[in-house]
Amino acid sequence: MKLFRDLLRDYRFAFAFGVLCILVAFALLSFFSPYDPSRWGQVPRDLRPSAQHWLGTDSNGQDIFWTATFAVRNSLIIAVIAGVVSRIIAVIVGMVAGYKGGTWDRVLMFFSDSLLVIPLFLIIVMMAMLIRASLNLVTLGLLLAFFGWAWDARLIRSQILSLREREFTQTAILSGASTFKLVINEYMPYTTPLIFSTLINNMAWAIGLEITLAILGLLDLATPTLGTMLYWAINYQAILLGRWWWVMTPITLSVALFIALYWLSVSISEYLDPRTRVQRVGAG
Amino acid sequence: MEKLLEVEHLTKTFTLGSVISRVRITAVDDISFYIKPAEIFALAGESGCGKSTTARIIMGFEHATSGTIIHSGKKEAKNEKVWFTEGIQAIFQDPFATFNPLRMVEQYFFETIQNYKLAKSKREAIERIDAKLRLVGLTYEDLAGKYPSEFSGGQLQRISIARALLTDPQLIIADEPVSMVDASLRMSIVNLFKQLRDELGVSVLYITHDLATAYYVCDRIAIMFRGKIVEMGTVEQVLMAPKHPYTQLLRASIPEADTAHRWQGEIRLSDTEQDEYLRQGCRFAGRCPMVMDVCRRVTPPQFDVDGALVACHLYAETKQ
Amino acid sequence: MKNNTILRTERLHAHYILDVYGKAKVIKAVNDVDLAIQEDEIYGIAGESGCGKSTLLKALAAAVEPPLRIISGRVTYRIAGAEVDVSTLTQEEKRKLRMEYIAYVPQGSMSVLNPVSRIRDTYRDFIESHISVHQKGEAFALAKEHLTELGLPVKILDAYPHQLSGGMRQRVTIALATLLKPRIIIGDEPTTALDVVVQRGVVQLLKDVQAKLKNTIVLVTHDMGVHANIADRIGIMYAGKIVEEAPTEKIFSAPTHPYTHYLINSLPKFGDKSPRESVPGSPPSLANLPTGCPFHPRCPHVMDICKQEMPGYTQVASNHKVACWLVGEGTHGKAA
Ligand SMILES: Nc1ncnc2c1ncn2[C@@H]1O[C@H](COP(=O)(O)OP(=O)(O)OP(=O)(O)O)[C@@H](O)[C@H]1O
Ligand SMILES: Nc1ncnc2c1ncn2[C@@H]1O[C@H](COP(=O)(O)OP(=O)(O)O)[C@@H](O)[C@H]1O
Ligand code: SF4
Ligand code: SF4
Ligand SMILES: [Mg+2]
Ligand SMILES: [Mg+2]
Repeated sequence: MKLFRDLLRDYRFAFAFGVLCILVAFALLSFFSPYDPSRWGQVPRDLRPSAQHWLGTDSNGQDIFWTATFAVRNSLIIAVIAGVVSRIIAVIVGMVAGYKGGTWDRVLMFFSDSLLVIPLFLIIVMMAMLIRASLNLVTLGLLLAFFGWAWDARLIRSQILSLREREFTQTAILSGASTFKLVINEYMPYTTPLIFSTLINNMAWAIGLEITLAILGLLDLATPTLGTMLYWAINYQAILLGRWWWVMTPITLSVALFIALYWLSVSISEYLDPRTRVQRVGAG
Repeated sequence: MEKLLEVEHLTKTFTLGSVISRVRITAVDDISFYIKPAEIFALAGESGCGKSTTARIIMGFEHATSGTIIHSGKKEAKNEKVWFTEGIQAIFQDPFATFNPLRMVEQYFFETIQNYKLAKSKREAIERIDAKLRLVGLTYEDLAGKYPSEFSGGQLQRISIARALLTDPQLIIADEPVSMVDASLRMSIVNLFKQLRDELGVSVLYITHDLATAYYVCDRIAIMFRGKIVEMGTVEQVLMAPKHPYTQLLRASIPEADTAHRWQGEIRLSDTEQDEYLRQGCRFAGRCPMVMDVCRRVTPPQFDVDGALVACHLYAETKQ
Repeated sequence: MKNNTILRTERLHAHYILDVYGKAKVIKAVNDVDLAIQEDEIYGIAGESGCGKSTLLKALAAAVEPPLRIISGRVTYRIAGAEVDVSTLTQEEKRKLRMEYIAYVPQGSMSVLNPVSRIRDTYRDFIESHISVHQKGEAFALAKEHLTELGLPVKILDAYPHQLSGGMRQRVTIALATLLKPRIIIGDEPTTALDVVVQRGVVQLLKDVQAKLKNTIVLVTHDMGVHANIADRIGIMYAGKIVEEAPTEKIFSAPTHPYTHYLINSLPKFGDKSPRESVPGSPPSLANLPTGCPFHPRCPHVMDICKQEMPGYTQVASNHKVACWLVGEGTHGKAA
């Protein structure tokens, strides 16, 4: 709780956190939606924003406000799955490679390097095309997770490598700590900032990629996400036809999400940075 | 004679450099020594002479290339660290690096107790911690809830000793415990070693290049040079009447806090460590003022000179 | 006193001002320091770690950067006969003075040497940024000549810093700092953590340099043995203050301040195994200094007045001043 209060003193964090809360609340509204997001033509098409339809309606005959609540929710689900699963892979790979070294290190780093050198975007597009039929929120999240861990695993590994040489590692071993305890107790405090900031960055990356894949038409277009909303808006030439409410809604939401995530990541990693943290502990 | 720790023919080689220009350095070269119960034994010598490597092997952080370590009559067994860390504990050079700056210091104490099952309840654990801290002049209250950065270097070094004492070790390995602390803290730490030896019967392997404190607290001393023990005996023998030319150089290089005894003359320093490690015969030959022809060809064996062991050809007439 | 003071501080206060979540935290690292360091002298500063030695050196070297700030007082150099207040210098003037007039070797020798370039390149960059050399080979020849002069092996020019031992790195750093023949050399713990033999080599080098250039060296170390061997005069620092200052012989033969007493008498001596006591207690926190004499919580001779008022300096002999109530009330320097 103290951590949270300290963080809130950073105006960037306070702002980002506020925005994120609003977006999450917005996403939660979807549970009270009067409309079924998968059905079209439930409302009159192409209405301007009005008291009845706050953000207007689109050419598919859907209410934009309520569709957007689903879109934010689904995009966040994808981002969280991608972020969390890829963090788990990155942490395990990075820690095992860094602490065990030797053959483990070589094999694991071979995999992560392979992922780093291949043209990631093309592969993801190809994979998405291949498994398009079974591509739902969860599988898309897992697909992105599978490609999103390599760089961060490397970062964690190099951090563990340098921590392993620090004397407190030996103190912990002399205190009888097992390898598992050593990694959790001694190294986690150092890797946590990295995990957090890369988690948030990775979520932003996943949201961005989802939008890209959707615009390319590679996703299940009946499920509303920020990406598919944009796809339809572009498909119906909403800009040319002056239906700004249709285009601006997903764009504004995406931008707000990106900025909030970015500032969150910057302020959290600054706060958790071991160097400044040591100073703070010392000043305490 | 009862021996607590015996190191026999310990050797460790490191391979340096790339595939093309590979050099093998024998950082520890066939050294043997023993430590008795309730004894402070010093291992002294200049940087890079293999002191830390020896200590790391004894602690099990490094594997020896050859040689054996016998602890209380038991040989070191591979993959069996239990007797090892319970009976042998260590403290390190940099008090600020000994504990993780992001964790509270007391956590190391509780974890040691938990990992070695030294107490049944939290209260018992705190009692034990407090008792050990009192030995070094602190209390549990001084420590509770604090991070390493809230202590001074001297306090941290004492805390580190108290943590090592938790398992009731027979031997504490102290790798340059005073080289980063100032003169007054230095004395408080070596005085503590003395007290541990006299009151608890704990032995200390005191690794240092500070010969003045070594003289002050130690019983016996071994002088290392480039992986070899060149002189070994009681501190009176070795430091008051040094026989090996290298020990004599070391002894003469100690800055005395006395303006009447300023250093006389100039000394030669080694250009690079590696050259000396790779030298044939006596490794000190490049800098030795007494060097002879035989020194450059034959590695000097250890001679017994008035009860001290000296590895130098100058003493070849005495019995081996 | 005849005026060959080259480096002077007057009632210098230098504090670290930290911002800890909105609250300002002040670490009073240098409090009311008056120094008058002469030409052609080796001035030693001793004291336990954390007493502000490095901070004082930063102020002397005009290398003050936030969070460190000069609160009051001044530092003056005597350049070509005229006293110059350091605070009036511009960044560019300071940059020019650095290395040519005053060389500062900070704690930790690696900081100066770039780990990814060979010593020769470090030398070349250094030379090119300070002197105009015309030919490529000229800088190299200069470096070679300089190293030979100082008795260092020339082959180290081809090495990377990590290939050199700590002692050699330290000597290379000192060699580099003296290349332009500065009038003042400031060294912060140049021998700490080196072993005795290498330490002797480094001290030897410093002495040689000083003998050749006839310049001033300000040397910080907590090893009293090193001071005894090299320093002409010593200032004993405690909690940001100089509590005693005297020629080296006097400090060792007639230490007067109780803290100096401990410092000298706690040193172990060969042939004498009698128990030695270290200074009791622990150093004060500079963020929260005790009132009066900062040594009073640890002092065996503490009196009531010590807890209330800071003693001023008493001149116990020519060149020998002490700040302690035992010796006298003192004349000036009663810090607030
Ligand atoms: N892991 C390693 N790999 C390669 N060489 C090593 C390794 N550890 C030590 N060495 C080499 O072995 C020699 C002895 O090193 P060691 O650190 O044991 O000496 P030391 O006496 O403890 O020195 P110091 O006083 O500097 O700590 C040195 O030349 C060093 O470079
Ligand atoms: N960059 C810095 N920021 C904040 N405090 C500092 C900084 N550098 C030194 N200090 C503090 O100033 C005090 C004096 O430090 P220093 O001059 O380095 O002492 P010494 O060299 O005698 O060990 C210490 O309390 C130290 O923690
Ligand atoms: S063996 Fe020879 S070179 Fe070595 S120390 Fe003795 S005299 Fe000197
Ligand atoms: S002034 Fe008082 S407390 Fe300070 S050193 Fe002198 S006697 Fe001790
Ligand atoms: Mg070492
Ligand atoms: Mg310092």
